[in-house]
Amino acid sequence: MITLAISFGTFAHLDFWIRVGVLAGIYGIFSTGLQVNLGYTGIYNFGQVGFMAIGAYGMATLVVKEHLSFWLALPLASAMAIGLGLALGLLGLRLRSHYFAIATISFAEITRYVIQDIGITGGTVGLLGFQGSWARISTWISDQLNLGTAYYSLPLLIVTWLIFLVVVVSVRALIRTPWGRVLRGIREDEDAVRALGKNTFRFKVQSLSLAAFLGSISGFLLALYLNYLSPDAFTSDTTFIAYAMLVVAGLGSFYGIIFGSIAIEALLEGTRFINLPIADQKVAALRFVIVGLILILGMAFRPQGLLGNREEMVLGD
Amino acid sequence: MTRPADVINSISRIDYTRNVPFGARGFFTGMLAIFVVVVIGHSGGHAFAQTTLNGLTSGAYFALGAVGLTFVYGSLRLINFAHGDFLTFGAYMAFVANVTFHLPLAIAAAFAMAATSVLGVATERIMWRPMRARGAGTFQLILMAVGLAYVIRYGIQFFAGPQYRSLNIDVTSSIKLPWDLTFGRTALFVSATSYVVLVAIGAMLRYSGLGKQMRALSDDLTLAETTGIDTHRIILVIWIFAGGLAGLAGVLYACAVGSFNPNFGFVIILTLFASVVLGGIGSPYGALAGGVILGLVQEWSTLVVGPQWKIVVGFSVLLLVLLVRPEGVLARAGST
Repeated sequence: MITLAISFGTFAHLDFWIRVGVLAGIYGIFSTGLQVNLGYTGIYNFGQVGFMAIGAYGMATLVVKEHLSFWLALPLASAMAIGLGLALGLLGLRLRSHYFAIATISFAEITRYVIQDIGITGGTVGLLGFQGSWARISTWISDQLNLGTAYYSLPLLIVTWLIFLVVVVSVRALIRTPWGRVLRGIREDEDAVRALGKNTFRFKVQSLSLAAFLGSISGFLLALYLNYLSPDAFTSDTTFIAYAMLVVAGLGSFYGIIFGSIAIEALLEGTRFINLPIADQKVAALRFVIVGLILILGMAFRPQGLLGNREEMVLGD
Repeated sequence: MTRPADVINSISRIDYTRNVPFGARGFFTGMLAIFVVVVIGHSGGHAFAQTTLNGLTSGAYFALGAVGLTFVYGSLRLINFAHGDFLTFGAYMAFVANVTFHLPLAIAAAFAMAATSVLGVATERIMWRPMRARGAGTFQLILMAVGLAYVIRYGIQFFAGPQYRSLNIDVTSSIKLPWDLTFGRTALFVSATSYVVLVAIGAMLRYSGLGKQMRALSDDLTLAETTGIDTHRIILVIWIFAGGLAGLAGVLYACAVGSFNPNFGFVIILTLFASVVLGGIGSPYGALAGGVILGLVQEWSTLVVGPQWKIVVGFSVLLLVLLVRPEGVLARAGST
């Protein structure tokens, strides 16, 4: 008989749960970009983590190595990510969907290896000391809430989720504009949209650039969350975990992402508090087996996603 | 399967190669030749010969891994992201036979091939055939393959742990060749085995009826079906073939690099994609040649840019070929 006992103090570890919440928000912003690509444009972007890495490292390198102000580094790093998104889109989006998936994942892996092998990013040693301005903001928020030194990550949680909610609401509004309707048209039948005289290629490049922008924002927040950047934080696992979130969220559903990111983060991080009668190492492996099963079973039985709406998302081409 | 949308896509796709001097094949051959001249000029003939030997070794297991991947794509239009993890699975099966049960390496390799074939057939029966029957979309299949990769990789980690393992082989002793070249005994074993198998595969595909049927499926499944080929049977054969070769490639890769952990399949999957794309996706001969060329280019590049860039060079070849000539460099035009 397996005993599933939740250890004492699960909910006393509020600091821990705050950090899980921050990660969920970061992944939420990241996945919103994928939702625009996959759920609304039908683009198979498998390189989202590359944009996240460009955002995080772009910001950190400009602050630490080039001594730029934090506030100037943010838009510059976003511009870098958008620029790369444009380049990748212009060069790659004429490819057939399968090929584009491979092209994007190799872009993300190349990005990671380049970060690892060039000097300015700190290489495998990593990069520290980029959050001067953020530390002041964080302290200010703590003071406003009279927290003192307790709940160290709470200010980041608040900021992350504010940004996430703004992103979800504004992207959802954007999708309802005529521009968004063209994207949905491309997802359903690109040739038909082209026959209506729309330059579908341009819309697809714009969709990818929007995802790159959101990826860079999630990168900033991840950098602030980690305090320390190393290339290992940007493996393609991040992209695939985000796809598992989309499967839970439902393709095409933006509010679903809020649920999906919390659910998957609770699975990946929160299950540390459940005492299973097997070694921790095995539990760690099991979590990712479950991520894999979510992808397989979700795509096999509910391609529109757990919370998705079948009418909105009839896959199959 | 050619659908109307595919035809429209292929017509409307801009032909980049029209702007490439000497045609795509000539262009890439020329680039390769310039690269070789630069490498020899930069590092001398001796270093070039030594890296050529190393490249022929790594290219051999790339080719073995790539040929199964290209067959599965060609016949089923499935980008099998789990193929790299098939290699990992093969390596671990060989580990069980070779280290846990103290069997000789040859028997362990045969066991790994058999086990990985079974894995390939099992995924076909449990996942891919039912999904084809439902007419699943491209995206469903890609994400399911990614999910399968996770299940295999972390399933292995669940049982074997994340630590590095090695097979019971001699990785240190090497053979002295003329001109001060060295070739590890393991590398010799890896290359000899691979090239014997590669030639056997080539001959089988070229001359046997089964090989011809497999190529026909990889070319055009619907057309193959109308000519009376038992596609269900050949698809199973393709999975046995792809799985067995992936298992063997995994064992040889594990021998060549010395140690492996559950992540080792993901490290190589993009290199295998690069071999496949270089050779023209769906083309088995292309994948064999593409793997060997990629192994050589990666090893040669270490002389110019340093060994840490080896993987980036492989991925860059992939991106370059995808962007300039997605239908592949080695395959004849229109053969996909």
